[in-house]
Amino acid sequence: MILQVENPVVEVHDLTVAYQKKPVLWSIDFTLPAGNIIGIIGPNGAGKSTLLKAIMGIIPLASGQIRLWNFPIKDVRKRVSYVPQRESVDWDFPASVKEVVLMGRYPKLSLFQRPTKKDHEIVKQCLAQVEMLEYENRQIGQLSGGQQQRVFLARALAQEAELYFMDEPFAGVDMASEAAIIKLLHQMRAQGKTIVVVHHDLQTAYEYFDWILLINQRLIASGPKEKIFTPELLQATYGGKLTTLTKIGELLKKKSFSSRKDG
Amino acid sequence: MLISGLWIIVTSSLLAISTGLLGCLLMLRRSAMLGDAISHSVLPGIVMAYLLTGQKSSIALFVGAIILGVGVSLMIEFIQKRFSVQNDAAIGLSFTFLFAVGVILISIFAQDIDLDQDCVIYGELAYIPLDLWTTPTGLNLGPRAFWILLALAIINISFVGLAYKELQVSIFDPLFAQATGLHPQVWHYVQVVLVSLTVVAAFEVVGAILVIAFLVTPAATAYLISHRLWSFLGLSCLWGITASIGGYLLAWWSGGTIAGAIALIAGIQFLIVLIISKIAKSKA
Repeated sequence: MILQVENPVVEVHDLTVAYQKKPVLWSIDFTLPAGNIIGIIGPNGAGKSTLLKAIMGIIPLASGQIRLWNFPIKDVRKRVSYVPQRESVDWDFPASVKEVVLMGRYPKLSLFQRPTKKDHEIVKQCLAQVEMLEYENRQIGQLSGGQQQRVFLARALAQEAELYFMDEPFAGVDMASEAAIIKLLHQMRAQGKTIVVVHHDLQTAYEYFDWILLINQRLIASGPKEKIFTPELLQATYGGKLTTLTKIGELLKKKSFSSRKDG
Repeated sequence: MLISGLWIIVTSSLLAISTGLLGCLLMLRRSAMLGDAISHSVLPGIVMAYLLTGQKSSIALFVGAIILGVGVSLMIEFIQKRFSVQNDAAIGLSFTFLFAVGVILISIFAQDIDLDQDCVIYGELAYIPLDLWTTPTGLNLGPRAFWILLALAIINISFVGLAYKELQVSIFDPLFAQATGLHPQVWHYVQVVLVSLTVVAAFEVVGAILVIAFLVTPAATAYLISHRLWSFLGLSCLWGITASIGGYLLAWWSGGTIAGAIALIAGIQFLIVLIISKIAKSKA
């Protein structure tokens, strides 16, 4: 079940990506609607992070085409923000919270140009939005995992983009940070922004996202969550593992329960 | 003695600024030993340049050394990425291989080459004030080494000063940097070229050991107590400069080698700062 949309924000056509000649993504084809919180779901090694990197033009494509608002990424970089996995950087790097968020302003500055007073003001606003303003002068290594993730999100906000790609923003974060991140995503959606989130936890996926992409090297499904969360599609994504299957059963129970509550 | 001592301290401090800045960047990239690798790998470059041109003109040898210096950095990266070998292993196997090639080239083709091992390894800071740069009209401009290292210091300060934000984001978060359209690899290669340039130019003046010590130790000392990139860079330069002064005084007092004394002081600085920062942390 792959639903296509009119006037897509993201359009991926026949995408194949390989690492050292071993394909990790096979002929992926989808379109994504604007103004939604979109989840990319799949098991470990399904190629979720690779998909984001391919869209951002960070890794080479073996074949295929990617358009954002019908432009190639290199023409619209300033309208797009990318939040890498928290573990991908060294948090002992000598920098303060404020300095990391300021990096979100760098793309707006020209080569060798110093940040302006306005940039610093925007940084403060963004830190306030993720409830981290009181930590602005902390060294980033002194923060908890959830706080580090919020700093990354503040940096993304500072980019003032329209489309956000986030790689596992919920991985290893505490409850307070999780709530803060969810609140932030809802605010962003209300402002008409599109947020694409790589997420590995099936338990919470249904609750967090409007639109869901199921991938496991190939694209299994793409569409509104109500249509995607079916036993057949989840099984096709996660394979026939017993533990996963029982989990899916529980999830589906939960889903019918919550939709009954909503209705 | 006083004037020549001043020249030595100033020249050594200029080197400390160049290596202090580059050492910080190398350390953050987790390739602190790249300077060591470059200083050994330039040997085949020097020998080949000598064999090709048949002369010991310093320009030809310098170019040969730079090519190999950049070459070994590329080789390390290639081995590391292509065959997923760890960074330190890739560094170790690359530079020992190239150094061996250099030694073999000398023993086969250039046995008559006049390579002063002592001078290359330990350098001789004491000779700095003797090798003067004079204009054709006979005007004395001061030691040649001073001018070389001054030029290098200006190049390195400009690089780090102008490209501060690009370097910061490229090293801290290369994926994010790439996503915003920066090319972290390009900045990395510019830095590698500067490390090669600095190492090659400096080890003729001060010897390989002091260059390596200067690339690693002041940055390591600064890292213990720095929470910001700019203070890390600044402290690293400061430790190198104070080690230059202290080392010169120690050598003058003890009558030993100046480069050795400077490296020793830099090591002692690290120990003292390490102990103090540990005590401060345990009390906090």
